[in-house]
Amino acid sequence: MRRYVAKRLIQLIPVLLGITFLSFAMMRIAGSDAITELYGDKGAVAQEIIDARRAELGLDQPFLKQYVSWLGGLLRGDMGTSYVSGKDVFQTFISKLPATLLLTALSILVTVVISIPLGVLAAVNHDRLIDYALRVLSFIGNSLPNFFVALLLMQLLAIRWKLLPVLSNGTGIRSAVMPTLTLAIAMSAKYMRQVRATVLEELNREYVAGAKARGVRDRVILWKSVLKSAMLTIITLLALSVGSLLGGTAIIESIFMWDGVGKLAVDAITLRDYPLIQAYVIWMAIIYVMVNLVTDLLYHALDPRIRLGVSRE
Amino acid sequence: MSEPTVRIQKVRRNTLKIRLIVFGALAAGLLIGSIFSDYLTPYDPYLQDLMNTKAAPSAEHLLGTDRYGRDMLSRVIVGSRASIFSTLLLVAIITVTGTVIGLFCGWHGKWIDTVLMRISDMFLAFPGLVFALAVAGVLGGGLHNAIIALAAISWPKYARIARSQTLAQKETLWLKAAKLSGSSTGKIVLKHILPNIIGPILVTSMLDIGTMMMELAGLSFLGLGAKPPTAEWGSMMSDTRSLLTTAPWVTLAPGLAIFVSVMIFNLLGDTVRDWADPKMRGR
Repeated sequence: MRRYVAKRLIQLIPVLLGITFLSFAMMRIAGSDAITELYGDKGAVAQEIIDARRAELGLDQPFLKQYVSWLGGLLRGDMGTSYVSGKDVFQTFISKLPATLLLTALSILVTVVISIPLGVLAAVNHDRLIDYALRVLSFIGNSLPNFFVALLLMQLLAIRWKLLPVLSNGTGIRSAVMPTLTLAIAMSAKYMRQVRATVLEELNREYVAGAKARGVRDRVILWKSVLKSAMLTIITLLALSVGSLLGGTAIIESIFMWDGVGKLAVDAITLRDYPLIQAYVIWMAIIYVMVNLVTDLLYHALDPRIRLGVSRE
Repeated sequence: MSEPTVRIQKVRRNTLKIRLIVFGALAAGLLIGSIFSDYLTPYDPYLQDLMNTKAAPSAEHLLGTDRYGRDMLSRVIVGSRASIFSTLLLVAIITVTGTVIGLFCGWHGKWIDTVLMRISDMFLAFPGLVFALAVAGVLGGGLHNAIIALAAISWPKYARIARSQTLAQKETLWLKAAKLSGSSTGKIVLKHILPNIIGPILVTSMLDIGTMMMELAGLSFLGLGAKPPTAEWGSMMSDTRSLLTTAPWVTLAPGLAIFVSVMIFNLLGDTVRDWADPKMRGR
């Protein structure tokens, strides 16, 4: 196990280097650096001053050298300053992160509460009416763009029935309801299908038939054996879907004015505030990679078959 | 196998065929409709009627009118072209790029395979839309840039499938025979490998159409895709967001159009998958 953890951590290094390199290269391809943003395109400031400032900030260095020094800054938490507000990018990003993490956590919670019972229900009633109904529901949920769901909820819950504030003010529970629901609806639709498929697969295993033959009651088989062994896969799949959630929050946050990093990024894109965009991309990718790593390690730690090196079949 | 199971399988096979025809026809209809969208609109989508703004849906205007009195149904119909065509273009781009890269990696192997696969790992490390959002933001708005942004993040999936399929094909006896009998590399790749690996790739791209349509519309919604006056569903929705309180149909009609199109393509994709892979049926 310890060797496995070490191996995974070492494998992480090229991935992290790749993420940072791509993000850095992207901003250079955009043809923008702090100087062009500061002084405008051409003509306004004498070339000598521009060159002097460039040299001072190290922007006249070769590409790779710039990358290395930028990477060094990144490790120290120095990601430059915002072109627009002049504030420290890393600080700004960190200050908005809790709101996004709260929204993500709430959405995952709601997703679990909705989709695990429904997925199990569909699997147990395989090919019966309730299974078909749930499959249709999950299909509809899968085809709904999340911004459409957002506007629909806004129209119904906030405007027509006046149950909730239209836009969030702060990060209170009432403001969190609509963005959470929006994210959870799309995720539940996808996830319910996976839960159903996993439980179905487990139900078709031979031990289930064996238990049935020995007269164990269906409910006991379901709760004591099937769900217990399916749960691991279910948790893993949930953690892996965090990626789509991280991307999805941007659009939902900006619709509901939820003050998290997603809205920060969308605003930064509108204002062409490159350092902020860069911070957003890098940190979201790092969070994503870390979540995947922890999931994978947990999976290995919790599954006795893998832990003990016994193969599944 | 007892008798009833055989019969159920037969019935399933038949409904599958029917589903394939129905959803295929719906998708084709959507496509043809978007090609000829200019001729299908009941009103001129750009004609303003300031006496009749923000009219609720009625027999005359099935989806109501917007703030300039333009007929929403006509605008949604015209918007189909940008939305549907750019999605299909995007899926075509990622399918071809991914397949070519994957095939090349699988066939050539060696260091170039390692390099390209590590690059694809790099892209796969970014969570979904996050990278596309940043690329589109850096390139600036516009439908073209949105397509580039989504293509940049989506090709690795296809490259991986094409590569693993190619590797499996390389081991087959008949491919070795073709090689021994002196077929040229080009002939082997085009005539022997490609036809054998294209199935799973095409199924994947069919299943991706719906997702890509939603993501493209999402970028447009954020102002990173199509820009007005181009009629595109995502940007139409964000343009008219302020009307949600007074004339919700203006905002929601294009959303409904996206939903229906995505659903049709998803249904078709699922059916094609079932048809290509009997093991996945009923999942």
